[in-house]
Amino acid sequence: MTEQGVRWTADQVLSLAPDAASRKAGGKLGTAGPWSGAGSGEGAVWGLCKGSGSKPYQTVVDLAGGAGPACKCSCPSRKFPCKHALGLLLLWAGGDGSVPEPEQPPDWAEQWLGGRRRRAESEQAPASADTASGGADPEAARRRAERRAERVTAGATELEQRLADLLRGGLAGAEQAGYGLWDETAARMVDAQASGLAARVRELGAIPASGPGWPARLLEECALLHLLDQGWLRRADLPEALVVTVRSRLGLSATPESPPVRDRWLVLAQYDTADPKLTTRRIWVHGAESGGTRLLLSYGAAGRAPELALPVGLALDAELSAHPGAAQFRSALGERFAPPAPADFRPPGVTTAEAAARYGDALRDDPWLESVPVTLGRVTPVPDGDGWQLADADADSALPLSRAARSRPGLWRLVAVSGGAPVTVFGEHGHRGFTPLTAWPVAPGEAVPLC
Amino acid sequence: MNVSPAPPPAPATIPPSGTAAPSWEDLVTHALLGTDRRPSGYGTADRPAPLALLDAAAVATVRRRAGLRPAPAARRPEPAPGDPRPALPAAAARRLALLLADRSGGTGGGRRGSAPDLTELLPQWLAAANAHGYAAPSHTLPALLDAARGRTDLRPAALAFAGPRALWLARLNPDWRFALRAAPGGGTALPGPEDGEAVRRLWQEGLFAERVALLGALRGRTPALTRDLLLSTWSTERAEDRLMFLDSLRAGLSGADEPFLEQALGDRSRNVRATAAELLAALPDSALAARMAVRAAACVALDRTGNSPAIVVEPPPECDSGMERDGVVVTPPTGRGERSWWLGQLVEAAPLGTWSRRLGGRTVPEIVALPVADGWQGELHAAWCRAAVRQKDPVWSRALLGSPSAPEAGGPGAVSLAERAKLLAALEPAERAAWVAGFIAAHGLSEAFQLLGSCAVPWAAPLGRAVVDALNIARDAGSYPWSFSGVMGLAERCLDPAETARLEALLAIPDEREDAAPGAGGYWAEAFQRLVTTLRLRAEMTAELTPAPPRPDAPPRPDASPRPVAPPRPGDQSRPGDQPPEAAG
Repeated sequence: MTEQGVRWTADQVLSLAPDAASRKAGGKLGTAGPWSGAGSGEGAVWGLCKGSGSKPYQTVVDLAGGAGPACKCSCPSRKFPCKHALGLLLLWAGGDGSVPEPEQPPDWAEQWLGGRRRRAESEQAPASADTASGGADPEAARRRAERRAERVTAGATELEQRLADLLRGGLAGAEQAGYGLWDETAARMVDAQASGLAARVRELGAIPASGPGWPARLLEECALLHLLDQGWLRRADLPEALVVTVRSRLGLSATPESPPVRDRWLVLAQYDTADPKLTTRRIWVHGAESGGTRLLLSYGAAGRAPELALPVGLALDAELSAHPGAAQFRSALGERFAPPAPADFRPPGVTTAEAAARYGDALRDDPWLESVPVTLGRVTPVPDGDGWQLADADADSALPLSRAARSRPGLWRLVAVSGGAPVTVFGEHGHRGFTPLTAWPVAPGEAVPLC
Repeated sequence: MNVSPAPPPAPATIPPSGTAAPSWEDLVTHALLGTDRRPSGYGTADRPAPLALLDAAAVATVRRRAGLRPAPAARRPEPAPGDPRPALPAAAARRLALLLADRSGGTGGGRRGSAPDLTELLPQWLAAANAHGYAAPSHTLPALLDAARGRTDLRPAALAFAGPRALWLARLNPDWRFALRAAPGGGTALPGPEDGEAVRRLWQEGLFAERVALLGALRGRTPALTRDLLLSTWSTERAEDRLMFLDSLRAGLSGADEPFLEQALGDRSRNVRATAAELLAALPDSALAARMAVRAAACVALDRTGNSPAIVVEPPPECDSGMERDGVVVTPPTGRGERSWWLGQLVEAAPLGTWSRRLGGRTVPEIVALPVADGWQGELHAAWCRAAVRQKDPVWSRALLGSPSAPEAGGPGAVSLAERAKLLAALEPAERAAWVAGFIAAHGLSEAFQLLGSCAVPWAAPLGRAVVDALNIARDAGSYPWSFSGVMGLAERCLDPAETARLEALLAIPDEREDAAPGAGGYWAEAFQRLVTTLRLRAEMTAELTPAPPRPDAPPRPDASPRPVAPPRPGDQSRPGDQPPEAAG
């Protein structure tokens, strides 16, 4: 890994920040003042940052590692990356000569980098041996799977009963019942090891408070939950591909089975959703050769940023393995061959009509699908009453923006980049409308993250 | 959602139930009330009603979602006007992203440490970018508008930099309406003076903001037309509007405006009268100024009876209707005597040229040095100060400021610090900086904040040296740096980055002395570290904004250039006061 990486932009570095406070703190440290002994080389950046104590913090960032940029800092912060790592990367991104390259890492940095890379290599080697040992006792594994299936069946049956009770008494009663009813049901589903059911049930609790039209939305979600129960209970009658989808929707973990695809993966968007227990990071990538759009997921415990972080607009030479399931976008990141580098290509765009059709088609394979990733080729953001839509530049048709997208600051970045002219927009399109995530101006220019 | 459901979709993997599908509304009604309460057609012998209802709802849901089609497009907005300014260099664009990102965090409070305060650098960055005439990257416009919304002091520079597209954007978002108010004509094009008909129509029918903008735009080029417009409707305007219109004459005031202003002295509104009088007093050759000169001269005389000549003051015995018409306010504020109040106003409005003749042909410094009898010196000198500020008279300003190292310059003398800061504004930048430098050398930093604020940025070399020396002395005196945080903050923003080298020596933590405040040495080192870091950052900012020399074979990125410690060219550093020309008129 001696390849000299291309420097990132400040935006790309800041997109790694776990929260606004870190952005701010990192921004302040992105100047030469507090740094000494900074350098870069062999896919890593390092430096000594003067803090409040007498001993400077040792900060090193590995850009070429297998699981995204990783960093190590002797500061006590539990944020990841910490402000020192962000500041160091900003200094490096500034490219004003404060971080000379290529250089040899000093001992303290080399120690960590070397250990990390040796570990990564040794992890790859025994991976094949591990699957062999997993298959050592197929009988035990089969019994475990059977027991789990029985539990899920019991959970699905119980949930069917609860849904039937709800419909018998009427959804109007759900408004008074509040979250309590659903939380308890969700807990039962967790016991039944059906995390997919539990998550859907938990979301039902929020619908009665979601404003006008809630009964219709609640009925929709109850019906889809019922459909999932039925899919599981009658899985023997379903086509194989649909069973895989039902299993993954129920949260029965599936390991990626398909052969890894090596490609240059352009990072289209990265955003986090947080609930009290877990922060989920979604990263959409687009393959230059394969043309597919894939989703990488990374999780962090409450309040901590997920470890995987890929700045929008960079491309990654890596292998991805798709999870099973016909309408699955999710993939697992395999080996990475080079640090992320600025990309000179964009995903090809489609019209709004094609985007709508794509969602419709995807429902065929996965009726529980909320949205599909789509790149709209030439669209203009247009105000439409209280909301906004993305209108085709060359046709009289438009996709409305989702309610969530309307209240985000990214909407205004999209409108500003467009200036009333067509732009290319990547986002998620589904039954709630289109949620823009990244925009490219018509003229050559960098991707603008909207989320 | 504004998506029209399509006609029955192609059969998906979920087959529709055999019978005619019930309407979605029907399903929702039944679900809401409950199948027990409202018996329905759902359910068969082997499928209980609730489950059958859910079956049908699932089919309907997936069918509706799969059948969603795009809606017809709404009316598209007019495209934003083009921005002909050149794009920001890449490094400068990154810097802007950082400065704007820092803004959102707000000041977290607590100790600032050694890191620079980026928020305070944004105004300077904007002024420099505007001086170069760069266009803002379009995706930064929302953050720029938000920044301008939160800080009114940033507005002119931020809006000028944001350019025409920001106004286009502001028309779409009510949060940014302020930008339209601030922009000339609410962002719409104003007719030029050659289009007489359009001008007249806009003046007759336009909104108040449009009319003020029209006046402002025409004032510079055709002052006569401006007056004609005002006269044409003057009698029908409301008092508040008359006041605002009158105020717009302040720019480019000339003797030609006198007849109109003289007429406004008889206005029904007291505020309009006062403003007219103030404007007339600023015209040394106006009839009002002459009347005031006569009145003021009657109150101030030279007494030659004593050993040395002195000024005697006899304030006006009454405020007659003529004085009142000329803008003298009759009732003094609480605690001030009537007669000295009137005197102050007369002297303030009288042309300063009056005094040399009146006081025996003395020069201005001689006049200021004359003793004043009976304790009138404070009142008289304060009025002269106001007159010097109002008439922007450098000779009088210099004389009233006196020597910066004079003992009374530091303490409460006849001229307060606030008045001094105003007087300094009448001097040339170099002279101003030299005076403040002398003041700091003699009196230290504790009183200097206001005076420093009136100096041009970056500070001239002697001033910068004086400030650094004074900070060094303050450190050696053993106090804590936060006693000087105001001056420190100013220095970070205003000191010439070329001073960085001189500051390096101050970065070391000195040995703690017995009498020094505990730990002060470390805090000072940190404060100087922040100062040096900020200066370097400003030098970098300036360098980034300098257009790269055209290199046909290399991308324009001043990447490998060494750290710019050399002073930036004088032209690069613009002053906050310098307003760049509006990009699109």
